[in-house]
Amino acid sequence: MNTPSDQPVPFPAAGNISDADREELRRHGVLITCIEELHNWGRSNSIWPLQFGLACCAIEMIAAATARFDIARFGAEIFRPSPRQADLMIVSGTVTKKMAPMVVRLWNQMPEPKYCIAMGACAISGGPFKQGYNVVKGIDRFVPVDIYIPGCPPRPEALLNGLMKLQEQIKAEKLTGPDAARHTRADLPSEYPIPEYGEHDLVPSKNESLWSPPSPPAV
Amino acid sequence: MDTIEQIRDRLLARFPAGKVILVTNPGAAAEHSLLLAPANARDIARFLRDDPELRLDYCSNATGIDWPDKEITDTVKTSVPGPDGGPAKVVETKTVRIEPGYLEAVYHLYSIALKHGPVVIRLRTANRTDAVTLPSLTPVWRSCDFQEREIFDLYGIVFDGHPDLRRLLMWDEFKDHPMRKDYVEPDDYEWEPTAHGAILEKAKAHQTATGGTTS
Repeated sequence: MNTPSDQPVPFPAAGNISDADREELRRHGVLITCIEELHNWGRSNSIWPLQFGLACCAIEMIAAATARFDIARFGAEIFRPSPRQADLMIVSGTVTKKMAPMVVRLWNQMPEPKYCIAMGACAISGGPFKQGYNVVKGIDRFVPVDIYIPGCPPRPEALLNGLMKLQEQIKAEKLTGPDAARHTRADLPSEYPIPEYGEHDLVPSKNESLWSPPSPPAV
Repeated sequence: MDTIEQIRDRLLARFPAGKVILVTNPGAAAEHSLLLAPANARDIARFLRDDPELRLDYCSNATGIDWPDKEITDTVKTSVPGPDGGPAKVVETKTVRIEPGYLEAVYHLYSIALKHGPVVIRLRTANRTDAVTLPSLTPVWRSCDFQEREIFDLYGIVFDGHPDLRRLLMWDEFKDHPMRKDYVEPDDYEWEPTAHGAILEKAKAHQTATGGTTS
């Protein structure tokens, strides 16, 4: 390829055919694609979420599945009652310390490729209950989070927007190469240690390899 | 409905052995309550429920209160005659005593049948450490079940006679009682991007304790 590196990389499977040319070909009934693109297109349009809710954000998640907002437009309407069949874990609501081991276990039970959305202030950071004695200060202390949706609770449109961001992320995933997606790489973990109930707190209270606090703001 | 004083007098007449103390509430609501002795609290509770004039058949709320040890300074003024027949001098002597703390369970009772209430009753433990047993009122009012479990969980009051006394909110292995005033929370103030003063101080304390690092 003789494309300069600062130019947008054209569609890789067919030499230097530009997107406009592909669109022109598609109108003539010629579809040019590659396995990676086809694979990501299929996966990003059939994200099956795990059917569980933790608090009031779950009500908004349920509303997103109704006719008014219709999450089925994105192929994500099939809320699976089993983690074995789910692609996406929407952590919708406050994660209490009592519930956190179950959430991590559900995440471990989901097969790759899997994605996690932290929906609402509580799932992101503990939210208004952050200093509570029984509240985990963000589910990203125990499982890797792909998309954060702020709000208290976020409206269904915000959830749909987060879902579209996740679709963009999936469509940009590489199946091979050094920057390949997580689920294609054996060296990256798929399961994470489940915290145990301790005498004063969860043990461990956070996954050090996954989460470290940002630097404190300069005073 | 009888006033709270009349209820107290009737209880004292009906249960001569029991101690029933009127605890006044100086606030605007003036919701006074009756402090019962744990020994015959359940008998009194049954009486409150079954008495045809009261029929307090509904316990809407049971909650706990932690009263920590209180330091009280007593000031006694004595006038000492001045030396050489001079004017008397007033000497203040201050004595500090510790009023031992206790735990309290508070029940709000209503009558659905007679549409009156609330009548507030209180039970007090002897101290906050080892003698923390109170009689359970769940056999009298079924609605106390979860609320007494919650009090047991968060305050550590042991309810004698409760049918299923387990922790409600926290897990069984948990040792502390989070709603007590002296509860020490786990130090997980690594990252507190808030302008809230008390929280910021805890975050700063965490950062000093971990040697300036943020982990």
